[in-house]
Amino acid sequence: MEAYIYDAIRTVRGKGNKKGALIGVTPTELARQSLTALQSKHQLDTSLVNDVILGCVGQVMDQGANIAKSAAQASGYGDHLCGVTLNRFCGSGLESMNQAAAYIKSGFRDLIVAGGVESMSRVAMGSDGAGMFIDPTLAIPGNLVPQGISADLIASKYGYTREATDEFAAESQRRAAEANAKGYFKSRIAIKDQNGTDILTTDENIRPGTTAASLAGLPPAFQMMGAMAGFDDVALDKYPEVETLHHVHHAGNSSAIVDGAAISLIGSEEAGKKMGLKPRFKIRTAAIDGTDPTIMLTGPAPATRKALKQAGMNIGDIDLIEVNEAFSAIPMLFMEEMGIDSSNVNVNGGAIAMGHPLGATGCMLAGTLMDELERRDLNTGLVTLCIAGGMGIATIIERV
Amino acid sequence: MENIQDKLLSFSVDTDGIGTLVINQTENSANLFSEDFIKRYVEIAHVAIADDSVKGVIVTSGKPIFMAGADLRALLEDIPDKGAFTQTILEMHKGMREIETGGKPFVAAINGTALGGGLELCLACHHRIALNSTKIKIGFPEIKVGLFPGGGGTVKAPYLMGIQTALMYLLQGIEARPPKALKDGLIDAVAETEEEMIAAAKAYILATPNPVQPWDNKKHRIPGGNIWTPNGVQTMVGASGNVGKLTHGNYPSAQKIIKVIHDGIQIPVDRALEIEARNFTAAASTPEAKNMIRTGFFAIQDAAKGKARPKDQPKYEIEKLGVLGAGMMGAGIAYVSAKAGMNVVLKDVSQEGAEKGKAYSTQLLDKAIAKKRSTPEKKEALLAKITPTDDPNAVEGSDLIIEAVFENVELKDKVTKQTEAVLGEDKIYGSNTSTIPISLLAKSSARPENFIGIHFFSPVDKMPLVEIIVGEKTEDKAIAAAVDYTVAIKKVPIVVNDSRGFFTSRCFGTYVTEGMFLLEEGVPAPMIERVATKIGLPVGPLAVHDEVSLTLSVHIFESDPAEKSASEKRSYAMVKNLVENHNRTGKRDGAGFYDYPKGGQKKLWSGLKEIYTPNVNAVSEEDVKKRMLHRQVLESYRCLDEGVLHSTTDGDIGSILGWGFPIFTGGALSYIDYVGMDNFIADCDAFKALHGAHWEVPQSLRDLAAAGKSIHDFGK
Repeated sequence: MEAYIYDAIRTVRGKGNKKGALIGVTPTELARQSLTALQSKHQLDTSLVNDVILGCVGQVMDQGANIAKSAAQASGYGDHLCGVTLNRFCGSGLESMNQAAAYIKSGFRDLIVAGGVESMSRVAMGSDGAGMFIDPTLAIPGNLVPQGISADLIASKYGYTREATDEFAAESQRRAAEANAKGYFKSRIAIKDQNGTDILTTDENIRPGTTAASLAGLPPAFQMMGAMAGFDDVALDKYPEVETLHHVHHAGNSSAIVDGAAISLIGSEEAGKKMGLKPRFKIRTAAIDGTDPTIMLTGPAPATRKALKQAGMNIGDIDLIEVNEAFSAIPMLFMEEMGIDSSNVNVNGGAIAMGHPLGATGCMLAGTLMDELERRDLNTGLVTLCIAGGMGIATIIERV
Repeated sequence: MENIQDKLLSFSVDTDGIGTLVINQTENSANLFSEDFIKRYVEIAHVAIADDSVKGVIVTSGKPIFMAGADLRALLEDIPDKGAFTQTILEMHKGMREIETGGKPFVAAINGTALGGGLELCLACHHRIALNSTKIKIGFPEIKVGLFPGGGGTVKAPYLMGIQTALMYLLQGIEARPPKALKDGLIDAVAETEEEMIAAAKAYILATPNPVQPWDNKKHRIPGGNIWTPNGVQTMVGASGNVGKLTHGNYPSAQKIIKVIHDGIQIPVDRALEIEARNFTAAASTPEAKNMIRTGFFAIQDAAKGKARPKDQPKYEIEKLGVLGAGMMGAGIAYVSAKAGMNVVLKDVSQEGAEKGKAYSTQLLDKAIAKKRSTPEKKEALLAKITPTDDPNAVEGSDLIIEAVFENVELKDKVTKQTEAVLGEDKIYGSNTSTIPISLLAKSSARPENFIGIHFFSPVDKMPLVEIIVGEKTEDKAIAAAVDYTVAIKKVPIVVNDSRGFFTSRCFGTYVTEGMFLLEEGVPAPMIERVATKIGLPVGPLAVHDEVSLTLSVHIFESDPAEKSASEKRSYAMVKNLVENHNRTGKRDGAGFYDYPKGGQKKLWSGLKEIYTPNVNAVSEEDVKKRMLHRQVLESYRCLDEGVLHSTTDGDIGSILGWGFPIFTGGALSYIDYVGMDNFIADCDAFKALHGAHWEVPQSLRDLAAAGKSIHDFGK
């Protein structure tokens, strides 16, 4: 049985800080507006939807107690609608789509809403404790370091300079600004208040006109942490051949902290017939892979290789690629390892420009990719993300 | 209740109904935290709690030291039944906890140093008042012997000080003076006099009839927040980061300290104490803890007391000391000797040079004054003991001479003869040479029986080791004098026999050359340096070589007429190439294996990659590590085998204090047991097959291994 993606919707992304547009909107509300937008867009018979799977990383406070069920409850789809929340860190939004596809392929479910949500302004990163990163019996022998240090380690190991990472970031901003101006983000919805008044209608973090030169003055974000908390040495102990850790990443060439939600509607062929909807894409395959947790963020390439192998494809068979811009060095390394250039990678910018609402990003990337493949009349797309703890995730989709 | 007096403590109650428990272990030189003592203490405390006429108890010491900590002798042995060991700790906690929750105030009147278990006893009181004396130290030094507080201190300290400060005390083994301990929350008050302290203790008892410990008080907030606050998470993550950086995972107890707090602080204290006890049992069972107790504590302590001196020799008194040569070493020797109360004549070729040497003491004392570790009066008194001179006859009347002139046989010959002309016939002449055989220098002496090597390490005022070298004709009196001198200046002596490079330079040298060989074989230079520090060595071999100077290495090789081994020739060829063809001479010239930019951090010289093409896979990290450590250890074993070393303990101490061999291994000889003698031999054999004769294992070590013995059975 095939798993089809009937549609995908994402919210605008608000800056995830106290001045951000969406700080007054609960994450449940972000997810609810996505669900109601999906319903009204297709006049969806909500009784056909079995389950809501949402990825969410900080599952405490507003996002605690299974936010997927809160969203289901708030959606008005009906009491039959169940909800489950999962956490594969930054891969959560894509993981929920992959799990939905697996449910459909197994025949256990017919139609699922799968996506993710994260209000980083309301539930700060790290609010949910730190597990392996705080338990010394895991952190010390594992040489575990915060992600920013890992990203700087990648840059140091592979020779990505401050200039090169800034160039990459500026290009992300340029592409996002252009795509935004030209209306390429057609599945994006505004967030409104209860009176129907718009709160935010565009991605708040896009900065048109950003250049490598304008980023050059920003101070490195992880230098002090690396020195004060010992993490530079902890990382280099694991990579002794690297002489110095160069702290190239900063607020402008790392993913922005934002609020947002995204959902997709994934179902069987039969479910499509019942809804009267044509599928847009099918999920060809999906894979994950684990890597060294110190350097942590090198997972996209091995996960992609695995997915390609499962699909019997090679990287040249992929028309467009979305690789999450957690930090500049991540897509740069991915391209180097896969032997590709940036002409078909993150063509409309990425998280450096628009932000990375942790639990939602995977689904956002899939939706952006779907819109762009259709706009360009191309067929095959790949979504991949690096993930905390040393994981990677990749999904291949195909137009139907 | 009745007055009590036994060999552990005394107890009496005054007319106000206030009991005083005085810890006074008459059979020990110091009060120690032991199972027997705690049993007795708890027993008396329970009687006091049950007695309505007793309002509360003041706990104090009958000795100058309140309590120094636990009896470490017990922890040298293996723990056969770990479950029972844990249970014993928990039984102790049960008794202590009953005191804490007994509803009657106990006050620790800390009238002397309270460390480790001694402090934990105080934490099991409801209130702590310390005498404001600079002689009193309060803290948890357990980490220094590879342990952590297992008597409740690890669990309880964060409630009083906050997680961050508690981690600092526990991980660094901070021993604080009372005002600092008060500021940091470890104690509740300081008193200026004993009377004031007892009065304050009584006042607390009368005012606090039903005290509750912070860890039993639901309203108590941990200073700085509990673990799952943003601050708490940051503290814990940072703690793991810094411990990872500083210990490289080599010291299990550092990790366990964070673990106990991480796992324990979120749950009721009695359950947290179980976690602490289980971790303590595990920590006390580690070879690292046993190594640190055996070598780091007992062996060094014994050596510092002069264990190495020939027993039948009378104590050698040194009132006047002659130091020849006022360079870096001579100046340092003058300082430490004057500090120990000796009158020092500091002789140099010029008066100006001698004055400059004395000025070094002035500098050190000014720094100490700035840090409030000395006073202008002490400075003047010490400086008055150093007489700078250019007159060779000024050393007349010295009890001991320490020659520290340039490393040149002719010069030393001249100085020896010149000095012996005015030195008493029964007085001792020591040379601080680091490279020239003592027996060779002794040939200049008319009295070679009184001639001995007294080898200091640089900087003299900081480095704790003195390597005493016995020449062919040196007699016991000279050894005794050198040991007595070393003990007097509060340094740790080891006595070794003459050999090229003696013990320390000879073995340490192999580390430096092995580092170079790795470089030549393609191991990236950063990897060599990083792996060295990762295994606990203070400085990488290439950086060390820069400090020593590459030019000096060439000079030593070329000026020594002895037949050289293949590995010596190999390293010489490398260094000579660097010096002559690439002008890389060492740190002093700003260009060695590293570049030394002015005002900047040293950085590995980029040209190294051109000479030695780096390849990450040239040698596995594990082998890089083994070759750097094993090589030093093998050479140390040869010193033992050849009789240069008198005991494994001397080798252990010399390696740890002399060149910073990692203490968790127990030292350069205990290391063989630490990694397993069979493994060690097998590794060396494999390296010999690949790299040549310098990896040859002496037969005597194979015999030891075949007999299933420990390295400490050598010669037994």
